[in-house]
Amino acid sequence: MTRFIDLTLNGISTGAVYAAVALALVMIWRATRIVNFAQGGMLMITTFIASSVIGSSGSYWLGFAVALVCGLVLGAVVERVLMRRVEGGPPLNAVIVALGLLILLEAGAGMIWGNTPRSFPPAFSIRGYDVGGTTLLFSPNDTFTVLVVVAVAVGLALLFRYTAVGLRMRASALAPEVARLLGVRVGRMFTLGWALAAFVGSLAGLLVAPSVFVGPNQFDPILIFGFTAAVLGGLDSPPGAVVGGILLGLALSYVSGYEGASLVTLAALVVLIAVLMIRPGGLFSTRKERRV
Amino acid sequence: MGAPAVLEVERLTTDYGPVRAVDGVSLTVRGGSITAVLGANGAGKTSLLRTISGLERASAGQVRLDGEDLLGVAVEDIVRRGLSHVPEGRGVIAELSTEENLRLGGLWRGADGAALEEAYALFPPLRERRSQLAASLSGGERQMLSIGRALMAGPRVLLLDEPSLGLAPIVTAQIMQLIRTLAAERGLAVLLVEQNARSALSIADRGIVLNLGRVVADDAADALAADEDLRQAYLGF
Repeated sequence: MTRFIDLTLNGISTGAVYAAVALALVMIWRATRIVNFAQGGMLMITTFIASSVIGSSGSYWLGFAVALVCGLVLGAVVERVLMRRVEGGPPLNAVIVALGLLILLEAGAGMIWGNTPRSFPPAFSIRGYDVGGTTLLFSPNDTFTVLVVVAVAVGLALLFRYTAVGLRMRASALAPEVARLLGVRVGRMFTLGWALAAFVGSLAGLLVAPSVFVGPNQFDPILIFGFTAAVLGGLDSPPGAVVGGILLGLALSYVSGYEGASLVTLAALVVLIAVLMIRPGGLFSTRKERRV
Repeated sequence: MGAPAVLEVERLTTDYGPVRAVDGVSLTVRGGSITAVLGANGAGKTSLLRTISGLERASAGQVRLDGEDLLGVAVEDIVRRGLSHVPEGRGVIAELSTEENLRLGGLWRGADGAALEEAYALFPPLRERRSQLAASLSGGERQMLSIGRALMAGPRVLLLDEPSLGLAPIVTAQIMQLIRTLAAERGLAVLLVEQNARSALSIADRGIVLNLGRVVADDAADALAADEDLRQAYLGF
């Protein structure tokens, strides 16, 4: 029983990270109909930046903040400079550009920081809580991870639902032409959407880095899990991304705990294929076809 | 009809690759009046509106609003110049609530609760459905919403693309009457694209008839409605 509780708690905290990556992918998909396969590379770069800042300043929180700001800027620059040219074009063009960017970022990171993975400090202690003499597989750092992802998800939901800029962003994503006729600067909203998505992505990188280490290719599995979570929840649904992330985290934690860690990636792919076959719109899909 | 021309279109031409969709169309719309653009499917009516509002690039010609050149102005800025375009199929964003759709129309100028109240006063059924998704509205309500949303921008020119599309005759009549009232009361210059020529001419001051992108008739609305040959050849009533 304690094993089950341990695996559940562990699943929730890893699921929170998948949820953050899924959220980053969903935000960009909703706004520009592009699956940002470069997201893994972008969050890798910002985590490396955090690692360097922490190393030279000695302050975890300074590195944390710098990485998030760099995420915002990187997202905006990627949209404005690269993706703007392929938005609205054939989907394959965007996929190729994103993959090209991923390769570029990974190669660049290897040249700057080297290819050997390095450790990354956690925000808080990773010693599990003691409950009645047993040590849980859930630490203060896991608490931080879950809380910060929930806070960001709720914050984004409030931004989209209750603010003027959120309304503009939703309108730009749902009906760009109509939005432009109503005076919405749709291009700016896309840039902002990418910036926010990359912000959430860089947060995921910071949260997961202590357990996967920082290296040019260390975050590739996180992108796959995040993508699976996004598809599971429905690529169009931010709440779906969060629920999909947690569900996937739980499923993979049980697989890892009861069947063996080597099966985790395989299990994620099984989930991905099963969702695509049984319910391709994801658990939270609301609409079939877009009608204007 | 002493009011000055608010919208002036001169020899406007639009090409889609080798296809000339709009071919040297000229028209004017005065404040407080309605000009109907009639013609069969594919005559170039929608392309004409889309070119005026910048959604399509003009190959030649001019568009002026209160004497100022409008071609080359970014689509996002057209509304800031005083022109609201209600696109074909109404352009209501189904996934947003009624009130969100309305607010969207006035965001660029920081329109407040008063503008919203005005829209609800004009279209009382929308008030009851303010928090429902626009997807749940009837066809007539959607048309009210798209017109109300365009008015949130406080325009001087209103482009309407097929407002009667898919509406029951009685609802069409109501909408047409409302457009007439809006033009008269607010001094709006309305350019009304319609396949339903009979309803459009019943409220319009002037009309032009398009065929294959060209103007084949340009006259007062009652003169067009009385022209037996024109009705048979192009207007279908």
